[in-house]
Amino acid sequence: MTKKLKIVVLAKQVPDTRNVGKNAMKEDGTVNRAALPAIFNPEDMNALEQALRLKDRHPGSVVLLLTMGPARAAEIIREGYYRGADGGVLLTDRKFAGADTLATSYALAMALKKMQPDIIIAGRQAIDGDTAQVGPQVAEKLNLPQVTYAEEIVGFEKNKLVVKRRLERGVESVRTPLPAVNTVHATAPECRPRNAKQLMRFKHARTLTEEQDNEHNSYLPVISPESLRIPEWGVADVGGEESHYGLSGSPTKVKKIENIVFQAKESKRLTSSFEEIDMLMTELISSHTIG
Amino acid sequence: MDNIIIYIETEGGKISDVSLELLTKGRTLAGELSCKLEALIIGSSVEQHTQELFNYGAETIYLAQDKRLEHYLTLPYSAITIDLFKKERPQIALFGATSVGRDLAPRVSSALVSGLTADCTSLEIGNHKEAKSGKEYQNLLYQIRPAFGGNIIATIINPDCRPQMATVREGVMKKEPLATPVKGVVKVIETKDIIKTEDFVVEIIERHIEERKIDIKGSPIIIAGGFGVGSKENFNLLYELASVLGAEVGASRAAVDAGFAEGARQIGQTGITVRPKLYIAAGISGQIQHTAGMDQSAMIISINSDPNAPIHQIADYAIIGDMNEIIPRMIKSYKLNSK
Repeated sequence: MTKKLKIVVLAKQVPDTRNVGKNAMKEDGTVNRAALPAIFNPEDMNALEQALRLKDRHPGSVVLLLTMGPARAAEIIREGYYRGADGGVLLTDRKFAGADTLATSYALAMALKKMQPDIIIAGRQAIDGDTAQVGPQVAEKLNLPQVTYAEEIVGFEKNKLVVKRRLERGVESVRTPLPAVNTVHATAPECRPRNAKQLMRFKHARTLTEEQDNEHNSYLPVISPESLRIPEWGVADVGGEESHYGLSGSPTKVKKIENIVFQAKESKRLTSSFEEIDMLMTELISSHTIG
Repeated sequence: MDNIIIYIETEGGKISDVSLELLTKGRTLAGELSCKLEALIIGSSVEQHTQELFNYGAETIYLAQDKRLEHYLTLPYSAITIDLFKKERPQIALFGATSVGRDLAPRVSSALVSGLTADCTSLEIGNHKEAKSGKEYQNLLYQIRPAFGGNIIATIINPDCRPQMATVREGVMKKEPLATPVKGVVKVIETKDIIKTEDFVVEIIERHIEERKIDIKGSPIIIAGGFGVGSKENFNLLYELASVLGAEVGASRAAVDAGFAEGARQIGQTGITVRPKLYIAAGISGQIQHTAGMDQSAMIISINSDPNAPIHQIADYAIIGDMNEIIPRMIKSYKLNSK
């Protein structure tokens, strides 16, 4: 089939919470967030790979990334370029700040209305919140079908997209019309590595904000041509009700945050008696290490 | 109006444990709020389940039965749920944090513009005072969950939107039938009035049971066994503990070479490098080739009968003894304390 597809991958820049080793702990035992690197959310990487595979099978298709975040999240678009994407948009605006999943999905949905993709592919969930809500919420806001927990976007059959889903106790294959929202599970294949040619070509892709910052750093070469400009969209660009964005568009509020305290200690020796093991397990449960 | 609705999931002709756990929790919450506990069940032949739901305290059962609804499908299931919530205006709606609940609940929350908190580990009723406006709220649902990779515990509230929605994972809440079932009512939902033909645009082609691929790297908890485990059969104990804790099983090279575990589970210099939140090493001596692949774990528990085994040096907790005794005790203790 020679179908040319416009594929948008939703991706998020997240703090790398998976690898909170001992050196990322502050003296009081809480996480030093500043010490955690900002990474491309892992399942969004799986989503990007599924998009690139569709593009491989359907020459002439385009893969675009859509990410929402502060200026530094432009890195997500560059990373997409390096791995074979054709571009992307950074949704960035102070008015987006404080958004919960609902306000986030509203902003993404407004941007997607402007982009008009055939297929939207996102990671199932982001590691900083693990909510898995944004994909389905975007689908609902655009009134599109959704296929969550995708392990493989298999291909077209009867003009519909066949997707294999990974569920708790097995797999399920479904056929969905397009446009549709797919969320990709971590069991899907890992993303291909960066391509050296793409890297050389796109490492100077910049947003206008980054360009302007560069002007003050005269030691950096300012050579990004217009064609490498990463678009930045704000509320003014995507439209919509201002009250639906950011904090005011977020029904959920954080009432309280408790840091989990990891004690730095010497090896504690225990015997195999039930009492000692029971004490250990109780401690692990109360510290939310397990359970 | 203002009641609690639990979404009831079925799998293979049975009500999922998580739904019964939520009903059990729902009884407590409904008691504190002096409201009714209600259940929504959708499927092709779900009438058979009403008695069990009464056993767990559902005072009203909303029953949507339709041949086309044999398996979960996002669009018709969410159409029914959204329609019911619009009519009944529950103050709280709870879903299992399963592949179904995590597909359905966000769709519903988006349509109702209501907040949803995923994977809560605790639900409580409490009050709230808005710091800025000074506005006071009574009897909100505190949705308590780990966030940030489990490094913080957050309490989330939805002060102004209803229903207050949350998902909870299986096994987090305890499941307890009532001594005397409630005498509740069944209200049949006329599905034909709600679902449209276009709600069936996504078709299920095939469903089958397929074993999950091994995913050691992505697991926050790893139970690893070494040559000291002794046999492939003894490794079953590790799998048992792993399934109780929601963990993956790893192995040292010696254990893989001895045929106790698959190569895909090998951790260490020649295997995978992992940094889970919790690493339990059983029957592993702690050679550098192994520890190089796991010593960055946030917490390490070692189990080895040799008090001088090097693994004990890098462990936060070193248990000296026989893993065949220790692991069953860990399972027993977890089951006793986790609910």
